Amino acid sequence: MNNIIKKYIPQILAILFVVLIFGFLTLNAQTNMDNRGIDFGFGFLSQESSFDVQFSLIEYSGSDSYARAFLVGLLNTLLVSFISIIFCTILGVIIGVARLSSNYLIKNSAAWYVEFFRNIPLLLQIFFWYYAALRALPMPEKANAWFGVTYMTVKGYYIPAMVWENLNVFLYCALAAIISIIVLRNYANKLRDTQGKQIPVLLYSVALLIVLPLLSFLFGGVSLGFEIPELKKLSKISYIYEGGISLPPELIALVLALSLYTSTFVAECVRAGIEGVSKGQKEAAASVGLTPNQVLKLVIMPQALRIIIPPTTNQYLNLTKNSSLAAAIAYPDLVLVFAGTALMQTGKAIEIVSITMLTYLTISLTIAAIMNWYNKKIEIKEK
Amino acid sequence: MFKIIKQLTSVVAMFAVLFAFSTETMAAKKSKTLENTKKRGFVRCGVSQGLPGFSNADESGNWTGIDVDVCRAVAAATLGDATKVKFTPLSAKERFTALTSGEIDILSRNTTWTLSRDADIGLTFVGVNFYDGQGFMVRKGSGIASTSEFKNGTSVCTNLGTTTELNMRDFFDSKGISYEPVVFEKADEVVAAYDAGRCDTYTTDKSGLAAQRTKLSAPDDHVVLPETISKEPLGPVVRQGDSVWEDIVRWSLNTMIEAEEYGVNSSNADMMKTSNNPAIKRLVGAEGELGAAFGLDNDWNLRIIKQVGNYGESYKRNIADTGILPDRGPNELWTKGGILYVPPAR
Repeated sequence: MNNIIKKYIPQILAILFVVLIFGFLTLNAQTNMDNRGIDFGFGFLSQESSFDVQFSLIEYSGSDSYARAFLVGLLNTLLVSFISIIFCTILGVIIGVARLSSNYLIKNSAAWYVEFFRNIPLLLQIFFWYYAALRALPMPEKANAWFGVTYMTVKGYYIPAMVWENLNVFLYCALAAIISIIVLRNYANKLRDTQGKQIPVLLYSVALLIVLPLLSFLFGGVSLGFEIPELKKLSKISYIYEGGISLPPELIALVLALSLYTSTFVAECVRAGIEGVSKGQKEAAASVGLTPNQVLKLVIMPQALRIIIPPTTNQYLNLTKNSSLAAAIAYPDLVLVFAGTALMQTGKAIEIVSITMLTYLTISLTIAAIMNWYNKKIEIKEK
Repeated sequence: MFKIIKQLTSVVAMFAVLFAFSTETMAAKKSKTLENTKKRGFVRCGVSQGLPGFSNADESGNWTGIDVDVCRAVAAATLGDATKVKFTPLSAKERFTALTSGEIDILSRNTTWTLSRDADIGLTFVGVNFYDGQGFMVRKGSGIASTSEFKNGTSVCTNLGTTTELNMRDFFDSKGISYEPVVFEKADEVVAAYDAGRCDTYTTDKSGLAAQRTKLSAPDDHVVLPETISKEPLGPVVRQGDSVWEDIVRWSLNTMIEAEEYGVNSSNADMMKTSNNPAIKRLVGAEGELGAAFGLDNDWNLRIIKQVGNYGESYKRNIADTGILPDRGPNELWTKGGILYVPPAR
C-alpha cells in the first residue's frame, strides 16, 4: 500500500500541477479578454477575408474566406520548404563529399563555403539575396532571354507555361511506367536470389520511363504546347511580361538563402556519416571482389545513411521553421498571410497564433515521421 | 505518510497564493492605468518605427511628431512633465497586441479609426489628430497622372497589417484591374523595394507617402497622384475597460485643439489666466474644476499648453516646417475652413 502511494502520488501531483497551471493561464486570459470585450472563437475563419495575396498555388481572391487565406499561406510555406529541402540536399551532398576529396582546392573551397554560409545569420542572407538581387536585376524591358524564352527581371523570373491536352492519358502512362518498374525490380531481385542471374534493371527502368509516356504522345492524343511570356507596356517606363508563369523574386531569394544556409549543415552531416564508416568495411568489401561502385552502393552508403539521416532530419525541420522569415521580404507564407494580415484584420491574436503554432508543429512532426520511417527502413535488421 | 501530507499542503498553499494573486489583478478597475502610470513615473506610449512628422526619432533618440505630442500632452497632464514618456516603436502588425496585452498604455501611431477595430478587438479610439486618406505614388517618368491609368498587372508595394491592404483591394476590384500586392512588414523595406523598381506604385496614407518620399534615393523623380481612395482618420487609441484613462487621453488631445481655437499657445498661456473670456480661463485652469473629474489637479491643461503647445504649434513644428505637408488641408480648424472640431471643455 505504502509503495503504491509512494509510486503514484508524486506523478498524480505532477499532472495535477501541469493541469492547474494551464487552467490558471486559460482562466487568466479569458478574464482579461472579457474585461476588454474581446471575444474568443473561430467563427472568423468562414468570414470574407477581403484582402489579396501576391502569389498563390490555388485560386484565391479577397472574396474568399480566412480559412482559404490560411490554406494559401500554408501551401506557400510548404512550396518554399519543399523546393529548398531538395536544393539543400543536393548541394549538401555535393559539398559534403567535396570536403572529403583528396584534391586540395576542392577540399578547401568546400570548407570555406561551409564556414562562410553557416556563420552569417540567415535573416541577413535573406535580405542580402533579396535586395542585392533586386538592385542587380534588369527591368523587364531590358532583360535578356535565358534559354531563348525565360526572362529574369526585377519583377520576377518569367518562364513559359505548359499547356497540356489529354494530360490524364499522359499521367496514366507515367503511372503504368512506375508500376512496371517496381514489378521489374522485384522480379530482378528474385531472379538474383534464386538463380544468381543479374539483369540491367536501371537501363530497363529508364527505357520504360521514356518509352511509355512517349507512346502516349504518339497514340494517346496527348500534346504539349508552351505559352511564352510576352512583354506588355504598363506605362511610359514600366513593363511587365504576360502569359507563362512568373516566379516572384521573393520566392527565389528565399529559396536561395534557405538552401545555401541549410546545405552547409547537411554537408557536415554527410561528411560525418561517410567518415563514420570504418575503413575496414571498405577494404573488406573490396577484398570479396565488389567493384568500387558496388562498395559505395552496397557497403558504405547503407551504413553512412544511418548516421546521416537523424541529424539531417533536424536540418529539414529547421529549414521549414526558418521559412517563416519570409515575412521580412514580402513572400506570402503562412506567417505573413495568416499570422500577419489576417491577424491584423480580425484582431484574433490568440486564435490565429495558436492555429499557426499547431500548423508548424504538424508540419514538423510529419517530416519527422517520414524521416523516422525511412530511418527504420535502412537501419540494421538484427535477426 | 506524514511527509506526503506535508508535501500536499505545501502544494495547496502554493496554488492558494497563485489564485489569490490572480483574483486581485482581476478585481482591479477604476483607472488602474493612471495609478500605475503615476507609480511608474512615466507614460508608456506606442509609436511608429519612424514616420517623419508623426513619430520619428533623431540620432540621439529624441522622439518628435504630432503623434508623439499626444503622448507628451498626457504626460504633462498626469505627471506634470512632458518628457516623462517611454516610447515603444511598433510595427503595424504588433501595435494592437502591444496595447491589449498591456505593454503600452497609449497607442499613438498614425492608426486609422474603423468600426471593427473600435468594436471588435478591445480597443477604444479617443479622437482624431490627423485626417488622412490613401493615395498612390508613382515614378514621374511613367507619365501616369491619375489612378485611372493603372493597367492590369500593376505591382503595388505596401505595408502589412494596415487598412491600406483592404482599401487597395476595394479600389482595384471596383475598377476591375488585376494587380500584384507586394506586402512588407516594415515601412523601410517597402521604400527599399519600391526604390529598387520591384513595384510600379507605392500606396499608403498620403501623409505617409509625403514623408516616405523623402527617404527615396531621388525624391524628385516621384510624384503622389491627386486621387484619394479612402478616409483615414488617424488618432490615438487606448485599451477598452478604463474609461477614466480614456477620458484623460481624449481631453489631452482636445485641449491642444481647443487651445489653438482660442489662440492660447505655449508662450501666452500664463498671461491668459487673467483673460476676460471664461472659456479661455477654463482652458488654462484659472476657472472651474475640470481636472477633478479625472482625478487630476486643476493645472493639467495649462501644463499641456505650456509644455507641448497647441495643435497648430505642433503641426507647424512637425509637419509644416519639415516640408512634409505645408498645407494643412482638412486638418485646419473648423473656423478656418478645415474639419478640426472638438467638443467644448466645460
